[in-house]
Amino acid sequence: MSHLRPVPNDPPSEEGGSPAAHLAELLKRSSRGDEAAFAELYDATSARAFGLAVRVLRDRAQAEEVTQESYLDCWRHAARFDVAKGSAISWLLTIVHRKAVDRVRSAEASGRRDAAYGHREISVAHDVTAEAATASLEATRVRTALADLTTKQREAVELAFLAGYTHTEVAGLLDLPVGTAKTRIRDGLIRLRDALGVGEVAQA
Amino acid sequence: MSDIHALSGAYAVDALDDTERTQFERHLVVCPECRAEVGSFRETSALLAEAQAQTPPPSLRDKVLADVSAVRPFPPQAPATEASPAHLAPVVPLRRRILTSLVAAAAVVLLALGAFTWHPWQHDHVSVADQIRQAPDAVSVTEPVPGGGKLTLIRSASLERAVLIGSGVPEPAAGTTYQMWLQQPGQDMVSAGLMPDPGEPTVLTGDAATAVAAAVSVEPEAGSAHPTTQPIAVFPLKAPSGGDDAA
Repeated sequence: MSHLRPVPNDPPSEEGGSPAAHLAELLKRSSRGDEAAFAELYDATSARAFGLAVRVLRDRAQAEEVTQESYLDCWRHAARFDVAKGSAISWLLTIVHRKAVDRVRSAEASGRRDAAYGHREISVAHDVTAEAATASLEATRVRTALADLTTKQREAVELAFLAGYTHTEVAGLLDLPVGTAKTRIRDGLIRLRDALGVGEVAQA
Repeated sequence: MSDIHALSGAYAVDALDDTERTQFERHLVVCPECRAEVGSFRETSALLAEAQAQTPPPSLRDKVLADVSAVRPFPPQAPATEASPAHLAPVVPLRRRILTSLVAAAAVVLLALGAFTWHPWQHDHVSVADQIRQAPDAVSVTEPVPGGGKLTLIRSASLERAVLIGSGVPEPAAGTTYQMWLQQPGQDMVSAGLMPDPGEPTVLTGDAATAVAAAVSVEPEAGSAHPTTQPIAVFPLKAPSGGDDAA
């Protein structure tokens, strides 16, 4: 059976034509107004986008709103995606994360941040809400890599990325001097990157 | 050589405050190493999201697909905002590097004048709109639109500005535009600018702190002096509590 084009609704398979290349292609087609391609992109990525938003916002209703806004943004600005500068999933999740963090911070600024949003819980790497995580090999790899960080690096990365705190807030939460948290975050990301084998992003 | 490189990790995971973010984005324009590093960190953090995956409710899919069928994607932008062609910096002689950074530094000055911010994938953020949205006193009001979708007005009394954001609102029909209005106490609606693209956050002109209402109507493409059609959305605005009356 040979396909001239990817079959819609078929999740990107691991074998043949990398999933990353497939997502990039879907995004490119989306930029030309191809709604079927966008629907396929949504199906392939929405669990990650929504899960990330839930993790940062700790509120499914708000996470849904942020995810919806992000996909609309993604659709509108799909032409800006440049495969030479990064992967499609990273591009999408950068949008989701930024929106989720903005929302958490503005909610906090107006005093609505959930009081139960304690950093002790947040620093637990193996989040029980990540239902789909167990099914993914990639997730297992990520957990192994996270477990490989020093506790301080892991806490710093998680508080910043998953909980949406600024590095200054992270320093406060972890009782670190202000300049130290940003270094921990960076060191942690470097170690994770190397453990996960994330190569050079920009390929000529 | 400065400490600013150390911010790359915090920048990549959105852990900088607004001031630092702006500073670092300026730095990114002249620092290919940091650009590459930020890119690699974002690939890494995307993998972290893998372990957080959760299936969203099916209704979200319907909403997203309804959104996209209502608007078309933007055309590619002219590559004028590409800050630096040197995305991958090969090893170059020091003299050339200095020259390059001087040229780049000059570019920064020019770009800063144009309120340019660097993002690896040109994902822009309208800074005034974001400032309003992130203001501590930002208050938002959302109104459904008869033709579908909804409009959200976010006002910051302290910034005296408001921004309008559409979600799933159809593009205006050919030859027409959405026009925004503000009403000051005891006065008629005055134009607060056009919103030709309801998908883009649009900042209202005029003092949003004192206004008692904002509205949106469909008008001829060039805009009108007064609303000529029934507004598609009206946002009542309350006076900010304990607002400082700058006389």
